[in-house]
Amino acid sequence: MTLEELQEIKAGEELARSQKKKSIHVCVAAGCMSQNAEAVLNTIEGQLKEKGLAKEIDVKGVGCMGLCAAGPLVSIEPENRMFQEINPANAFLVTDNLEKGKKTTNDLASDSPFFKRQYKIVTENCGVINPERIEEYIAFDGYLGLYTVLHDLDQNEVVQNLIKSGLRGRGGGGYPTGLKWSTVAKAVGSKKYVICNADEGDPGAFMDRSVLESDPHRILEGMAIAAYAIGADEGFIYVRAEYPLAISRLKVAIKQAERKGLLGNNIFGTTFNFTISIRLGAGAFVCGEETALIASIEGGRGTPRPRPPYPAESGLWGKPTLINNVETFANIAPIIRKGADWYASIGTETSKGTKVFALAGQVVNTGLIEVPMGMSLREIIFDIGGGIPGGRKFKAVQTGGPSGGCIPEEFLDIKVDYESLTKLGSIMGSGGMIVMDENSNMVDVARYFMEFCMSESCGKCVPCRVGTAQIYDILTKFAERRATEADLTLLEELCDVVRNTSLCGLGQSSPNPVLSTLKYFKHEYMERIQAEVNQE
Amino acid sequence: MAANGQIKIFTLKIDGKDVSARSDQTVLQVCRENEFFIPTLCHLEGLSNIGACRLCMVEVAGQRKLLPACTTMVSEAMEVTTTNDKLAHYRKMTLELIFSERNHTCSVCVSNNHCELQFLSQKLGINHIRVPYRFPKFAVDASHPYFILDHNRCILCTRCVRVCDEIEGAHVWDVSGRGIQAKVITELNQPWGSADTCTQCGKCVNVCPVGALSEKGRSVAENTKRSGFLPYLTARRKEKI
Repeated sequence: MTLEELQEIKAGEELARSQKKKSIHVCVAAGCMSQNAEAVLNTIEGQLKEKGLAKEIDVKGVGCMGLCAAGPLVSIEPENRMFQEINPANAFLVTDNLEKGKKTTNDLASDSPFFKRQYKIVTENCGVINPERIEEYIAFDGYLGLYTVLHDLDQNEVVQNLIKSGLRGRGGGGYPTGLKWSTVAKAVGSKKYVICNADEGDPGAFMDRSVLESDPHRILEGMAIAAYAIGADEGFIYVRAEYPLAISRLKVAIKQAERKGLLGNNIFGTTFNFTISIRLGAGAFVCGEETALIASIEGGRGTPRPRPPYPAESGLWGKPTLINNVETFANIAPIIRKGADWYASIGTETSKGTKVFALAGQVVNTGLIEVPMGMSLREIIFDIGGGIPGGRKFKAVQTGGPSGGCIPEEFLDIKVDYESLTKLGSIMGSGGMIVMDENSNMVDVARYFMEFCMSESCGKCVPCRVGTAQIYDILTKFAERRATEADLTLLEELCDVVRNTSLCGLGQSSPNPVLSTLKYFKHEYMERIQAEVNQE
Repeated sequence: MAANGQIKIFTLKIDGKDVSARSDQTVLQVCRENEFFIPTLCHLEGLSNIGACRLCMVEVAGQRKLLPACTTMVSEAMEVTTTNDKLAHYRKMTLELIFSERNHTCSVCVSNNHCELQFLSQKLGINHIRVPYRFPKFAVDASHPYFILDHNRCILCTRCVRVCDEIEGAHVWDVSGRGIQAKVITELNQPWGSADTCTQCGKCVNVCPVGALSEKGRSVAENTKRSGFLPYLTARRKEKI
């Protein structure tokens, strides 16, 4: 592959597009797929054939359009007219209204705040390109970043670019990506690895899945750039087996990239070699923890080990290893293409760029959104998310999955970034955002997350293995109104032990849902104690 | 463990006292060498360290989190605190959690008076358990001709797993299940007696800190463990190399 060939593919795609009058995009990511989007795609194709429009109108399956609550979604491009809840029976609404046409019952306002307030970097190609065609990715400047890096930048310049961009790890911890890259780049050893952590397991989170399903080449390009920067020649994508569609699209993408010479030996005619293979997780949440993930790739039991040594020094098979999350890798190519300064201009002082959130729970617009860092929770939930359905009252929003906390209404105007959420006793996490209304009980919420942590604990260290089970039992007592004052004291004490002495992040952060609900909704715990006293 | 096989000599402070250490030593090793008491259960000299029991947590100046002494390597000018009220509280709580997890009844245990868990509890002054006992139901595997496995007394330190894998080289033992459901198993969760890979060497029994693994024919308080073979074996193996 050369730059000319890359440009040729891009020109070819643009020519093909210009020959079509319009194109119809049908979302075929997992959310819409589960509602029969494939049949919608076939029906629309059939109807166009009947009308004799098959040559003029292009029909393609694309990645996630974001508003999963209203799926399957269909859009007519270039005017970006959107339709919601399309099924094979009402697909004629789309094909009958290709020209301006009248308003239908299934029109979806593409200029609503849900779409307009977003800022897309990671998901810029989601809902735009067909994820199973590398040509379309190249048409949107795909692999140009990799070319630039290989031909114009040396390793240190790439790392410096990343540092300047201010990008921080999107897996949850928020560790500066540039710093991590420079550490691995400096680590001694001729063999190094790049790992993409796609073991997304937080309840209610599906950002990584959507990116993998909608734009898999973006991850491959990001990994290849990382490999060049740190001096690795082998990469692994650790993806959970529960994401079959993401896995199959990744496999297709890897094969296509290899065939085009964008993975393999002598990429872009340089001496840079890089291969990527896929490893499937077997359903353990803890394997999202980097040392457990490494153990799992090595073929061992997926349990974490104490750090240091960090994977940057001694990771996969004892070699220096770079582990980043899917969303982090998805940010790399745009940073290289558009420059670190551009990226650093977005977001807040300490948190740059955008963040993808999975909006779920009691919110009108359930789905996937990408917003600049520093947007307030109120804007995210009420403007983009459309507020609480049925006119009910907002109660709390849970961020960061089982390691995160619940944030009550009085903090809704806080600007979302890594520091502000941590200050509130929650975390940014991977980007799950579960909205709860007045009907949810916070003790039950804490108990739900504690049950999750208890059953997902690997069982290696004592505080997490026994502590989470004990905390869960106490919360059950609260739920059944059997708790006493002494239980509350013990609960707080156990949370403290588990948080400060557990081996890995899963255990250390598992008390967060309990601690944050205790902080902001203590009366709900107290009510359940008093109820018991009253009974006596 | 030292980078490039080069060993350096460090000076560090433990509880305010200056001590010297080789760069390939762990904090725990240096503490033991200088007779600072740090409780451990999963650690055993001669086996790999996994940092699982969390009893050896110490404070290191400049570190936000507590660190397990058994897996933390020494460094120059390190300042370690081995005991204070907070650490003592965490250690006691961790032991209480272990007691609450399964059915530890000393008075009917083969290891009574020879038990590391019992010893540590006495040493740390545990006189009652504040967390509720879970009283799980676990089976006893007595299918082996010489040994007995009693899950009710197991604390999942995985010394048996490591000694069998690292020293004996048989890897009969492993852990199955997650979280509170985790338990040690022989082969692919088959009765110990039917494990073809077991060499019946008894190393696992002798490194077990509690009464979970015991010799057959021993009654209450009769099973003393002889883990002295391990330092001897590892020393001999090192000499050969």
